[in-house]
Amino acid sequence: MTGKTRENYNRNYLNYVKTQDPPTKHFKNCLAAFGVGGLICCIGQFIRYTLEYVGLSGDELAGATSIILIFLGCLLTGLGVYDRIGRYAGAGSIVPITGFANSVTSPAIEFKTEGWIYGMAAKMFTVAGAIIVFGVCSGVIVGLIYLFL
Amino acid sequence: MQSEIISIILMYLKAFAVGGGICLIAQIIINFTDLTAGKILVYFMLAGVALTALGLYQPLVEFAGAGATVPISGFGYLLASGAMKGAERGLFYAITGALSAAAAGVTAAVVFAFLMALIFKSRTKRN
Repeated sequence: MTGKTRENYNRNYLNYVKTQDPPTKHFKNCLAAFGVGGLICCIGQFIRYTLEYVGLSGDELAGATSIILIFLGCLLTGLGVYDRIGRYAGAGSIVPITGFANSVTSPAIEFKTEGWIYGMAAKMFTVAGAIIVFGVCSGVIVGLIYLFL
Repeated sequence: MQSEIISIILMYLKAFAVGGGICLIAQIIINFTDLTAGKILVYFMLAGVALTALGLYQPLVEFAGAGATVPISGFGYLLASGAMKGAERGLFYAITGALSAAAAGVTAAVVFAFLMALIFKSRTKRN
C-alpha cells in the first residue's frame, strides 16, 4: 500500500469510528456540571452562614469553611459516593474544592495495598502535588512582584 | 428582617450562578479539548492566581461569596491574596504568605485523606 492510499484508508477508518461513537451529550453534560457545581457552592455558602452565626470571622471563617467542605469531599470519596456523583456531573464535581479533596483521597485509598509509604503517602499527591507546586511557585512570584512594585 | 431574608436568598442565588458558571466553563473546555481532571484543576487554580494578582477576582468574591471561593480558582485566590498581604510586611512574608494562607486547605486534605485511607478499603469501581 502506498503512503497516499494508507492515509485515505486511515481517514476512512477514523470517520467510520466517529460515526459509531456515541455522540457527546454537550448540553446535558453542561447542565449537570452547572447544577451540581452551583449546588456545592450553595452548600459552601450555607456552611459559611452557619459558622458566621457561631461567631467566626475573617480568615478563620474562610479556613473553617474549606476544612469542612474538604472533610465532606474526603468522606464521600471514602464511601464511594463521590465517584458516582462525578460520573454524572463531570466538571461540576472536579472544579469545587471537594474535587481537590477527592483527587487526594481517592489514590490514597486505592494505593494503600502497595504499602503505607510508597503506596498511600506518595500516591496521595499525584494530582494535588501538581496543584501545590504550581500554586506555591505562582504565589511566590505574585508576592515578589507586589513587594517590588 | 424581611430585607435580610431576601439578601440571604439572593446570596445563595449568586453563589449558585457564579459557582455553577465556573464549573460550566470547565465542562465546556473538557467537552472540546479532552483535558484531564488534573490539568483542569491546575489551569483553573493558575487562572485564580492571575485574576487575583490583577485585582479582578476580589470583586467576584465580594459579589458571590462561596460561589467564587469554593471552586479551585478560589484556592488560587487564597494563595495570591496571602502573598499580596505578605508583601506589605516584607520579603520573608512575601515568600511565605501564599502557602501559609493555603495551610488550612492543604492540612485538611492530607489529614482527612490519611484518615479515610485508614478506615476504607478500595472498592472495585462499578460502571
